[in-house]
Amino acid sequence: MSDLEQRRRERIDRGIKVRTEGIYALMSSRELAYLLVPRLILIVGLLLFPLVIPSLYWQRVISIVCIYALLALSFDFLAHYVGLVSLGGAFFVGTGGYIAAFLNTTWGIPFILTIPIATIVGAAICTLCLLPCLPLRGVYFAIVSLMYPLFASRLIEALDILGGTDGIMGVVSFPNRWVEQYTLIGLLLLFLFGIRRLVNMDIGLVLRGVKDNDQSIRASGINITHYKAAAVFIAAALGCLGGACLVHIYMWSGLSQFALDFSIIPIAATVVGGAGTLVGPVLGCLILVPVSELLRDFGTLRIVFYSLILVLVIVFRSEGLMVYGQRKYHQFERWTNL
Amino acid sequence: MTADPILKLEHVTKTFGGIQALDDVSFDIAEGEIFGIIGPNGSGKTTIVNCVTGFIKLTSGAIYFRGKRISGKPAHKIADMGVTRTFQIMRPYFSLSAYKNLVIPLFSPRAKRTGGWRGGGKLGDRNTVSIDILEEIGFERDSFVPYKMASTLPTGYLKRLELARCLALKPEIIICDEIFSGLSPSEIASMVPLIERLKMDGITLIMIEHRLRELFQVADRVMVLNFGRKLMQGSAAEAMANPEVREAYFGSREVEEVMSHA
Repeated sequence: MSDLEQRRRERIDRGIKVRTEGIYALMSSRELAYLLVPRLILIVGLLLFPLVIPSLYWQRVISIVCIYALLALSFDFLAHYVGLVSLGGAFFVGTGGYIAAFLNTTWGIPFILTIPIATIVGAAICTLCLLPCLPLRGVYFAIVSLMYPLFASRLIEALDILGGTDGIMGVVSFPNRWVEQYTLIGLLLLFLFGIRRLVNMDIGLVLRGVKDNDQSIRASGINITHYKAAAVFIAAALGCLGGACLVHIYMWSGLSQFALDFSIIPIAATVVGGAGTLVGPVLGCLILVPVSELLRDFGTLRIVFYSLILVLVIVFRSEGLMVYGQRKYHQFERWTNL
Repeated sequence: MTADPILKLEHVTKTFGGIQALDDVSFDIAEGEIFGIIGPNGSGKTTIVNCVTGFIKLTSGAIYFRGKRISGKPAHKIADMGVTRTFQIMRPYFSLSAYKNLVIPLFSPRAKRTGGWRGGGKLGDRNTVSIDILEEIGFERDSFVPYKMASTLPTGYLKRLELARCLALKPEIIICDEIFSGLSPSEIASMVPLIERLKMDGITLIMIEHRLRELFQVADRVMVLNFGRKLMQGSAAEAMANPEVREAYFGSREVEEVMSHA
């Protein structure tokens, strides 16, 4: 093994990666393809899903995947670009869901309006609730954000408001499965690329600065709380949107919308998919949610297999699939003599 | 000091639990001067910076900027008025390149109003303005240095980046917390003209320093702190001549060394 003392593996960016970073990307079809193909695979792949999947059961899973993907996107954005680890996914889903259900059943507002209203109003409510804890960081913010979904569901149960333990029934559904699935897929793609754009804009740099080093942000005359609140609003909006769609899919809104699944599965998906990549968590949901459905056949053992898969991923691919994939795509490795 | 002071500290006191970090410190700073604050370790120099810039709250006393009370305001509001600071331990955004580091302060409301250091009230493209500022404070424009990750920059550049962050706001006051520490003699030698140029630009500078020789070259007045109390205030020569100061801080050998260079 003395060989290792003279040789070393090094990792180098591919030439084509460097060439596609500037305006030169437009000079040849090969460079263009290098940039576009991965994006097209994702977009076309997602758009094809509803067409190629025959069974009614699995079509429903597509919609659920999209809702979890919105939540995972929201988690990844907050955790890795703003530095707020939020376990409030369930709170976002529940708030958005209950608002949509309430508006629809009480005043008969159609789903085309309840979903945007629930998204905006729900996000505003969630942001207001989290506003007092914005100065908290790391695990402290996580704990407080975890408390809210528990608090909300107990509140509804104890006061017997909004349908109490029965929930709100009779919510209108999407007109057909095509509208349902393509609405969700379209929104997911829109927000995925939108947030990717946002974090690379100047305002995104400020958000990343808040995560890196909030003292310098304050010394630069920038109000951290404003930016944190704006980021929480965006993240909460994604969750509330998911929740609003969910009640229109299930035609019912209940306490299970505050279930911790909505907080925890997005985190697992982020870990599996690759934290900080934004597209990774979406990919993670595309894998984890169907796997979790497949494992239903095992009954109670389901959670055992599910955990096993997670452990294996974390042990052998702890960086996440997307980080691994991006590295292989953009870089190559070779041995060099020292 | 006939003109109104730009910064005025009145009976500033700060305690951390039982520790008296600042004890009834009062002083004025005139517009456009370089004011040095020196003192042994733990004498409260950085506490003054933190109090003035709003990073910590005073126990009692008041701080005025151009006659307006700033003590009690949050840090970002004080920076927004033009009272800026550098950090003793540099705090760049390590995951960003040097010029992207400056895009962040250029995003602040004050930079938008003023247009940055050389801006005439209108902010141009942030990337361009950022490279312009970096060039003026010593990042060679045509080299790759402005594009390097902050995590890979040497200390000298990081200290300049700290200054650049203040300059992006078009500041009225820059409080430099040990801007010379950790630099080699040649790096300090190149930093001194930069400090003098900032003064010529009309920026008031407060310099917290341990490097007395370089500080005495540039400072108009100095104040000496010891155990949170103001020992004396005056010119560099007066500070060196003061026996109390010698005893508290210098040690006789270094004073002689400084004197021989002055």
